[in-house]
Amino acid sequence: MLAAETVTAGFFLEHAYVVPLIMAASFALTLGIGKRLGRHASWIGIAAIGVCFLFAIGANVQWADYVQDSEHAAEAEHDDESHAEDEGEAGTPDSEEEGAHTEGVGTTSGEDDEHALGAASDEIGPSVDGETASARAPPAPAVEEGEGGGHAEYEVVPVTKTWTWWSNGGVTFEAGMLLDGMTVMMLFVVTLISLLVHVFSTDYVAGDRRYTHYFAFLSLFSAAMLGFVMAQNIVQLITLWELVGVCSFALIGHWWEDKPNSDAALKAFLTNRVGDIGLLVGMIVLFFAAGQTFDIIEINTLANEGAISHTALVVASVALIAAVMSKSGQFILHTWLPDAMAGPTPVSALIHAATMVVAGIFMVARMYGVFWNGLVIGGSSVNLLAVVGGLTVLGGAGLAFVQSDIKKVLAYSTVSQLGYMVMALGVGAWTAALFHLFTHAFFKAGLFLGAGSVSHAVHSFDMKKDMGGMKKFMPKTFWTFLICTGALIGIFPLAGFWSKDEILAGAAQLGGSGSYTAFLIVGSIGALMTAAYMTRCIYLTFFGEFRGGHADTPDEEHATVSHGEEDHPVDEDHAADALDHAGHGDHHGEPHESGPRILVPLYILAGLAVVAGFVNVPDSGVLSWVPEGLALQFEHLFEPKGGYFPSLTEAGPAGVTFAHPTFDLGIAIGSTVVALVGIGLSYAWYFKGLGPHGITGRNRLARAGYRFLENKYYFDHLYTGVIAAGFKGPIARAVNWFNQKGLDGVVDGVGKGAVGGGRFVYDQIDQRFVDGVVNGSGFAAEGGGQFFRQMQTGKVQQYAAILFVASVIFAGVFIIVI
Amino acid sequence: MDDLMLNQFLLLGAILFATGVYGVLAKKNAVLVLMSIELILNAVNINLVAFGAHNGTIVGSVFALFVIAVAAAEVGVGLAIVLLIYRNRKSVDLDEVAQMKG
Repeated sequence: MLAAETVTAGFFLEHAYVVPLIMAASFALTLGIGKRLGRHASWIGIAAIGVCFLFAIGANVQWADYVQDSEHAAEAEHDDESHAEDEGEAGTPDSEEEGAHTEGVGTTSGEDDEHALGAASDEIGPSVDGETASARAPPAPAVEEGEGGGHAEYEVVPVTKTWTWWSNGGVTFEAGMLLDGMTVMMLFVVTLISLLVHVFSTDYVAGDRRYTHYFAFLSLFSAAMLGFVMAQNIVQLITLWELVGVCSFALIGHWWEDKPNSDAALKAFLTNRVGDIGLLVGMIVLFFAAGQTFDIIEINTLANEGAISHTALVVASVALIAAVMSKSGQFILHTWLPDAMAGPTPVSALIHAATMVVAGIFMVARMYGVFWNGLVIGGSSVNLLAVVGGLTVLGGAGLAFVQSDIKKVLAYSTVSQLGYMVMALGVGAWTAALFHLFTHAFFKAGLFLGAGSVSHAVHSFDMKKDMGGMKKFMPKTFWTFLICTGALIGIFPLAGFWSKDEILAGAAQLGGSGSYTAFLIVGSIGALMTAAYMTRCIYLTFFGEFRGGHADTPDEEHATVSHGEEDHPVDEDHAADALDHAGHGDHHGEPHESGPRILVPLYILAGLAVVAGFVNVPDSGVLSWVPEGLALQFEHLFEPKGGYFPSLTEAGPAGVTFAHPTFDLGIAIGSTVVALVGIGLSYAWYFKGLGPHGITGRNRLARAGYRFLENKYYFDHLYTGVIAAGFKGPIARAVNWFNQKGLDGVVDGVGKGAVGGGRFVYDQIDQRFVDGVVNGSGFAAEGGGQFFRQMQTGKVQQYAAILFVASVIFAGVFIIVI
Repeated sequence: MDDLMLNQFLLLGAILFATGVYGVLAKKNAVLVLMSIELILNAVNINLVAFGAHNGTIVGSVFALFVIAVAAAEVGVGLAIVLLIYRNRKSVDLDEVAQMKG
């Protein structure tokens, strides 16, 4: 089994590591000289992210070539193999014939196959060292038939590059990049969303007092996320994970002068700390279980080979799930996410679509070998990951119903959609999860920026108090918002339809004999709720009577970043306060459409919300007419193929193979119907005023339910009221008692002893002995000085004479001695 | 270079050195003292060059060049000091410059 031909990665792939570096440089530059540039400071960030976006496009194009080349190389080699096979002995270890004939699709765990896997991992070992980008053709196509497609199974070796960061005690810490399909995909998503957010922000936060600070942190945020997705080892992963957290802290608390905003930032940070403990524990367990290696590929490969004990994998998976809970806003650590709406709206879009919360999903996808084998995903057991995801789908959607703040509706919607992704990862539909991440990024960013556009006009986020009838004032925003909503709900043929459908199909088909059916039901109910609450949101925002425009007292604190041109219209003058109700009452009689810097990003995102779904159109079932070259491109390009990812054909240690769901017309129609029912119910309730309105006033049960939702399932009360107060109250009192009675006695005793001892030391040792020595040395120095001052005549020539005499003496000594 | 030649150079160096030491110790005029110091240094230079030529290497000459460069700097600093002393006291008599007496 020799590597047949070298598949080379293109320029953009090999040098993708410059992308985060560019953004980091932009951060430094913006912070350094931004103040001098004033409003033009944003151009640094926009130029940097623009370059990165072009780079990401280049990387994607070259990645497509790279996958193609790998496939061809594998096929060419496959032909060679077949020839050799005819002549050689039958039953060589890696015989593909044997694999094909006796095994069919992945039900073996024979010695031969393990040998093949071993060979694959050996191949990966050396490919990650040194400073060279190594991208070689796989040593062997493992087995020939893929699941349904008739492609030869081949490996796409990730493009890696490493440098030694530092080494300590025999452990080498490396920094590097690991570029495979999902990284390349994330590069595109992050740079695109970030670019649009940058452009949007130039209008949205124009005139903010910390304008440069804002753009600097946008740059750093992008840099951290871009670095995170190409992290080559878990140390780097953790570091950049934390950096992402820090940046989100800084941006959520951008308007920290208001206590609620800085509280929200703190809450986000501290909640994430809780999960970070899980991340650290999980990664440390993996480090030791995998034989002291930080390398992500190696850890996953070992996990897939069964070289890591199952117990270790379970512990690591559960710990890492805690990290996902906090980072990706999963129940029960989701509480920070809605509060994070305190940040500027473009930041919310960035956090919810491309960076922060996506990091958790990405981490699971990245360490999927660990989760797959640790939780026996794909086996017939309900696992923690899927349960957490399922709970989040329903919990988040439920809360979205009672919010009056448009951003909070979207925030809970994000919580719910992230639940879908985690659930999909939990049932084994890896590609569906990442695909949903991909599509969700576009339409959710579109929704957030749309909400930003609306709030920009009415200076409020409150749908019930300040919005309504916005369709008439902002038709362009309305249409983009509507398209993105359609994509979120999953209306055919918008983006969300394809990705959500794939998740539901995964829940229905994977995991053996329908063991994940419960999650199909959960997902469908979630789809119904999504449709309903988004219809409510659209109604409250864009239909009905305009309820805003009432003159509040201007909130001077933020509104008055003076521009020196008071008669200038709104576009220049929105001081950036989110909570600033009609701060500029006089020129805000009526809201009006936003400017081009806000609308263009909206158009782009709405366009992507329409077309993004087509990158993974299935070609099975009723869609079998879709040509092979167009179908399932997302899966084809971005799903990892290699020993570090669960194999499609060979059962891992848990005895299950990775599989793809196929398109199921029933599920597609079912989910669409469910969504339409949701829309219909919500339409009847809000638009037509049908149904038992006011039931929360009449019926105690309904009121209790509403309260329950309104208080967000009392999670905040649990955390601050019970857990935090528990520490503050009884435990603090107990500690105080112990402190007063127990510790104080000891401390007092020690103190008295110390005073006595100190006095003795002072009188005897210090006064008599130490002082004697000190004074003695002082007198001695004075006497010596008196003697030697005789020699200091101040006459230069005397000094010179002494010098010469001394030289002569030393020279004489030197001659005599030698 | 043979031993006889070398001896002559060393003799010249010794005479110059002795003259220099005498000047440094006995002269009252600061400028003369500086010049005497130059004599000492140049005596050393002659020795260096002579030994270098004797041994057939250029090390001695290189060293002598360094000494000349350092001597130039030293004379620059020394003359500056002398000049300042003259401006302050209208005299360069070294016996009068004894403020550093302990």
